[in-house]
Amino acid sequence: MSEVLEAALRVVLVLGAFLTLPLLVGQTEHKAMAHMQSRLGPMYAGGFHGWAQLVADGVKFAQKEEVVPAAADRTIFRLAPAVAMIPYLVVLVAIPVGPGDLVGHDLDAGLFFVLAVMGVGVLGALMAGWASANKFSLLGGLRTAAQLTAYELPFILAAASVAMAAGTLSLPGIVDAWEPWWLLWQLPGAVVFFVAGLAELQRPPFDMPVADSEIIFGAFTEYTGLRFALFLLAEYAGIVVLCALTTVLFLGGWRGPFDEALGGAPGVVWTLAKTMALAFVVIWLRVSYPRLREDQLQRLAWQGLVPVALGQLALTGVVAVTVS
Amino acid sequence: MKVPGAGLAKGLAVTLRTMGRRSVTAQYPDVKPELPPRSRGVIALLEENCTVCMLCARECPDWCIYIDSHKETIPAPEGGRERQRNVLDRFDIDFSLCMYCGICIEVCPFDALFWSPEFEYSELDIRDLTHGKERLGQWMATVPPPPAHDHHGVRAKEVDAAQKAADKAIEP
Repeated sequence: MSEVLEAALRVVLVLGAFLTLPLLVGQTEHKAMAHMQSRLGPMYAGGFHGWAQLVADGVKFAQKEEVVPAAADRTIFRLAPAVAMIPYLVVLVAIPVGPGDLVGHDLDAGLFFVLAVMGVGVLGALMAGWASANKFSLLGGLRTAAQLTAYELPFILAAASVAMAAGTLSLPGIVDAWEPWWLLWQLPGAVVFFVAGLAELQRPPFDMPVADSEIIFGAFTEYTGLRFALFLLAEYAGIVVLCALTTVLFLGGWRGPFDEALGGAPGVVWTLAKTMALAFVVIWLRVSYPRLREDQLQRLAWQGLVPVALGQLALTGVVAVTVS
Repeated sequence: MKVPGAGLAKGLAVTLRTMGRRSVTAQYPDVKPELPPRSRGVIALLEENCTVCMLCARECPDWCIYIDSHKETIPAPEGGRERQRNVLDRFDIDFSLCMYCGICIEVCPFDALFWSPEFEYSELDIRDLTHGKERLGQWMATVPPPPAHDHHGVRAKEVDAAQKAADKAIEP
């Protein structure tokens, strides 16, 4: 009985994190982006500096009419938002936030699981693009496909480098094996992982598939109301997952520089702090850089990230063998 | 020497620096804007000064000033002659036509028209934008005092002429 209770508690906690952290990132984006552009951002909702803006947005989305285009493939069209969102929820279960038992579920092949499930989320955008019966949606879907084909490879190669260095696929295991000097040694891998992850999330400057000034909103053009909100939630949940994964794989997860002095500072704080700092970088990049063109996207992936990831992999292999 | 990625770093620095600065957003309905002097918000009418000379209505490029008046006879003072005076009945400005050129204010020889910085007089119906002399008169309270003269500027001809006359009078 207690096992069931514990499992239920873990699921509830993960679900809670899944529902609050993306909103936190979204609100940070509203405000940080506004101030980076010398604006104020939302100021009214909730009274104090518009803190409840996203809640208000959610209420608005819930009230909107659900429209399915006449020519659309109804079932797939309605299923797509769930397919886009649920993988991130599932991935969150496997990400450790603290030492020991502080993980939704400790998987032996956690890294493998996480990467595989994150790949599914992309299907949501493809389904939406294909089922909408709209040329802009289709263009967006195809661009998504092209982009993911290009960026999945460096993403996985960079992750593989860490797994090789740590000698394990378990996410808590990787954090345990992590040493501060890995920050330097795995730096190229970390950059490749983060950039490729951004591209997978279709975040600016890699938002060619949803480029609103040319193809309206890509695969999500025909969506309204709650289903559209789910796509947005998936994007922000994706940011949280990517940042948490980068933290766990490359930044030492729950381990921080002053752990002994603080008497074992709660690792959860370190994990969350690093994750939020990375989320800020995601927002920062979005504000600073213009959108990459399709050929620039492909060149960056194939001529930039893939060779760097391969080089990192070779370096990791050599060092791992010599050290052991 | 050009360091690769310097441009990328510069871009990040610009956004970060901007985030540290105060934003330029004016929170208008909550905070009233500080308008510069001589802002052209609305045209105010000082009814007592108006002599119904009709110059403003005639000079108005889009004919948005409507004036009606009648003549009034002032009874003669002792031994004098009766005088006639113009009484203003209607002075309307249609602000849906007005293009805020300010020619009416320039041509008014009796200082009956003024610029007021007041700008919050939008209406839901375009016909309600025609404002009568009562409303135009209320705006007089919002007219700022005229800005001081420029110390280094050339003095007005009238002032020089008056000064000359005064000097002559003092001279023996």
